[in-house]
Amino acid sequence: MLSAILVMAGIGLVLGAILGWASIKFRVEDDPLVEKIDAVLPQTQCGQCGFPGCKPYAEAIARGEADINKCPPGGEEGVKHLAELLGVEPKPLGEGLEPKPKAVAVIDENTCIGCTLCIQACPVDAIVGAAKQMHVIVASQCTGCELCLPPCPVDCIHMEVIKEDVATWKWRYPIHTMKQVE
Amino acid sequence: MNGSPYLLRENNSVTVVMLKVLAALIPGVIAHVWFFGPGIVVSLLLCGAFAIGFETLVLLMRGMPLKPFLTDGSVLVTACLLALALPTLAPWWLYLAGVFFAVVVAKHLYGGLGQNLFNPAMVGYAVLIVSFPVTMTQWAAPYGVAHAIPDLWEAFDLVFAGAGAISPDAYTSATVLDTWKTQVRLGKDAADILGQPIFGWAGGRGQEIVASMYLAGGLLLVANRLTTWHIPFAFLAGIAATAGALHLLDPSRHADPLFHLLSGGAMLGAFFIATDPVTAASTPLGKLIYASLAGFLTVIIRTYGGYPDGVAFAILLMNVAVPFIDAYTQPRVFGHKHGGKRGQA
Amino acid sequence: MTRKLFTFNGGVHPEGHKDVSNATPIANLPLLPRYVVPLRQHIGTPARALVQVGDTVLRGQMIGAAEGYVSTAVHAPTSGRVVALEPHEVPHPSGLADMCVVIESDGLDQAVEFQPLDWRNLDPSALRNRIRDLGLAGLGGAVFPSFIKLNPEGGGIDTLILNGAECEPWITCDDRLMRERAAEILQGVAVMRHMLGAREVLIGIEDNKPEAIAAMRAAAAGEAEVIAEVVSIRTLYPTGGGKQLTYILTGRETPTGGRSTDVGAQVFNIGTAYALYRAVALGEPMLSRVVTVTGHVAAPGNYEARLGTPVADLLQAAGGALPGSVGKLVGGPMMGFELENDAEDNAAPLTKAVNCIIVKHPDLFPAKPSALPCIRCGACARACPADLQPFEMYWFSRAKDFGKAQSYDLFDCIECGCCSFVCPSHIPLVDFFRFAKSEIWERERHKHDADQARTRHEFKDFRLEREKKEKAEKLAAKVAENKARDAATAAAIAGNAESADPEAERKKAILQAALDRAKKAKESIAPQNTDNLSPAVAKQIEEIEARRTQADTRPEHEEGK
Repeated sequence: MLSAILVMAGIGLVLGAILGWASIKFRVEDDPLVEKIDAVLPQTQCGQCGFPGCKPYAEAIARGEADINKCPPGGEEGVKHLAELLGVEPKPLGEGLEPKPKAVAVIDENTCIGCTLCIQACPVDAIVGAAKQMHVIVASQCTGCELCLPPCPVDCIHMEVIKEDVATWKWRYPIHTMKQVE
Repeated sequence: MNGSPYLLRENNSVTVVMLKVLAALIPGVIAHVWFFGPGIVVSLLLCGAFAIGFETLVLLMRGMPLKPFLTDGSVLVTACLLALALPTLAPWWLYLAGVFFAVVVAKHLYGGLGQNLFNPAMVGYAVLIVSFPVTMTQWAAPYGVAHAIPDLWEAFDLVFAGAGAISPDAYTSATVLDTWKTQVRLGKDAADILGQPIFGWAGGRGQEIVASMYLAGGLLLVANRLTTWHIPFAFLAGIAATAGALHLLDPSRHADPLFHLLSGGAMLGAFFIATDPVTAASTPLGKLIYASLAGFLTVIIRTYGGYPDGVAFAILLMNVAVPFIDAYTQPRVFGHKHGGKRGQA
Repeated sequence: MTRKLFTFNGGVHPEGHKDVSNATPIANLPLLPRYVVPLRQHIGTPARALVQVGDTVLRGQMIGAAEGYVSTAVHAPTSGRVVALEPHEVPHPSGLADMCVVIESDGLDQAVEFQPLDWRNLDPSALRNRIRDLGLAGLGGAVFPSFIKLNPEGGGIDTLILNGAECEPWITCDDRLMRERAAEILQGVAVMRHMLGAREVLIGIEDNKPEAIAAMRAAAAGEAEVIAEVVSIRTLYPTGGGKQLTYILTGRETPTGGRSTDVGAQVFNIGTAYALYRAVALGEPMLSRVVTVTGHVAAPGNYEARLGTPVADLLQAAGGALPGSVGKLVGGPMMGFELENDAEDNAAPLTKAVNCIIVKHPDLFPAKPSALPCIRCGACARACPADLQPFEMYWFSRAKDFGKAQSYDLFDCIECGCCSFVCPSHIPLVDFFRFAKSEIWERERHKHDADQARTRHEFKDFRLEREKKEKAEKLAAKVAENKARDAATAAAIAGNAESADPEAERKKAILQAALDRAKKAKESIAPQNTDNLSPAVAKQIEEIEARRTQADTRPEHEEGK
């Protein structure tokens, strides 16, 4: 009886030691969680999640203070990625948060008074211009966050949905009539 | 909206593939009737009917269209292979149970055509041999061994009404594999065992010709590119090499390779069962590994296992290993330096 | 001595149907009243329009200039007036419209003066630029700008391969071109060889075109300058794939993700060689091409048509589509695509990429049966010329598991269609691969955009932080300065004495400080991001400013125009 207990305990100790050693020896050095979450987020910096940018939202998720379904630009797919990353169940986007088709802001050249307010609001410095000169949005750098819309005193900025053209067109998921109608 | 190509190879469909496989079985079936009587026709018809019945039922329950899946012919191939693997003149419920496990459990519960992990016919066979070992070892005896060979109507009668007054011993016998195994274990001399009439000249009376016909039909399949040479070749080579090695070690306890190749389900398995594309390895190297190991296991199970034939269990065991084998034997892609492991994102 | 040829794995033998269209000589199209010339007729950036609505143009006049490196020019097919510069139907699988110059012919067909090029003596770089401005792009279907491919890249190219395989069923435009204009093709080849410095010239032609092989051999025998070997290769689809042809002729495998130039070979289509001859010997830009019109039409054959010819006019030249036809294919049936807009007056024009128009009929192209599940039979893998495992790629593409699909080397797929052709389950495999590829590309684009946005956002945060710090430092410095000055003034007053007018001195100092402050404030209001602008953005701003001033001064009645 005693010898059996000793043997079992001995095996337990040895295996435990091996496991412990292995976990130190083969530890995988990883990006910190925040970086990984941030890499999944679309970097629109739009603040729709209630945080002042993607990184703060990522930090909040990592701390467990924010839900994963607060990012409309990421869409359902973004939520799915976050769920996979964090090992939780995906869920639908939070209430009142709707994904929109990707758009860029455009300044009406004839209305802009050159007040620089939108320049200060743009999170990614995609608007160029100087005081009392009209401003231009560099379309390729615009994330479509809409943060420049409210500050504009003359409402000269509007969003234009990016249209599919011959260069950006994608092949659709093939029609796959496995279940044909009899 | 579908894109190119707008051309398809002519006379090419799953149905055509399956019908060609069925056609390649015909010589073996004719030989079977010739040597063992028309009993096989009864079991083929029964299994076929049960299979179509189960397939229809499950398709309806799954809400899938009947026409494409009933006409693809795959369920008939499963049914025929099962019928050819089971003893003839067995009670009807044996076929029913076998087909149920093959079609409903092994095929549809795994997702239906193309999704099953295990060869359906072999699952049916394995369930039956585990569940009804006695019934599964009463095989129709060939002409020259049997006291009487039932004709077609008698065969129907036997299957549905049971033997009645006739003793099953009159028309059945153990298979040669079974006989060999039992008598070797009893310490009988190999030459004496092989001298019995049921052993024929190589793989059992009648059975050796049936196996040769399967070989002929199988070679036609290879010639028509319905299957590649890899699996049949490697399977038979695996059997021959393993059996040959054992035979060299101790000829008094181990039969020669030819006996192993021509008896039991070896030929049927090599060309028609191990080659089932859904459950077999798919890369050229993988096919060789998969089939040669299946052949090796067949002889090991026949020699050391509790069951008379090892083909079914060997193939089922190797089915489990297929995804692993495939992942590690990916061929070299044009313009790449090496093949090998793929499938890791 | 016969050359040792290599054989790639796989490949299929679709029925050729070449005899439908290869019996008659290449015919010319009459001058049409209207041409639609897309600015995007090549791989890369579309050409930049050089004309405006209302401009008159001459045949051969450049109407679109190469923009960026991977691009080439576009020219007016005839003389006339530009009546529109707008998105217009183009031959593209999407069926989307693209920017086109619509030219109304004046019926005179006046041309600009063409200047033959002295290619032997011209500086190589200048010669390439001329070829770019003449609008040359590969006519095999990929339409890669030719001037880029004609760069010897440091002399690593020893073999020049001419692709006359034409392995796609139905297409015969290269066949006819080789039969009728072999000498001209070889003159184009001479230019290519000169530009690339290639040692060896191999012309690969499938053995189902014996007349073309004979014509090319005869021409090659008479051509002393270019020693080109015409190689007859076994007919097997897709021998005309660049990587496949290179392998067949040289045994060299183009590495994954690379080009044939990585293994010292450059491949051109026969038609491109002919166009290069026209460009160099006659100085003529790429204005027309030979296109096969075949299938269910009255007079199938090959037609030399100007680029921009509406497909409807092309069909009319071929006698029109016969009754019962359903839709048209652009390119061959293995790799081409369906013309989305299938109206009778289909205005999609002929472009450099279009080598064939096939009018479909259910007898010629039966509807595809619905797909059954994959049974892993491996027929696709055996047919694949790239030695891929299409059924594995299909499995993961269908499940949208793109990472796994890519790990099975999805991007080595050349979309030749062999796998779909042989699939007994009739699965549209290539459609799944095209879908997966374009999804992966889009994801990469999004990832790139997100990374850029992250960097820019982080930089903005950093800048704001720095500005805040600088402001705080300035404030602290000013407080210190004020204190010191007050102290000094106090000391001066206290110390008094000789200063003539201390009060005035103090006022002056205060005024100066205020001026400085104002100046600084002005500087800090002006955003800093107008400095260091790229010339392009600066130009853009200037243009917009110009437009704004113009808009301001424009009389009001123009608005109603």
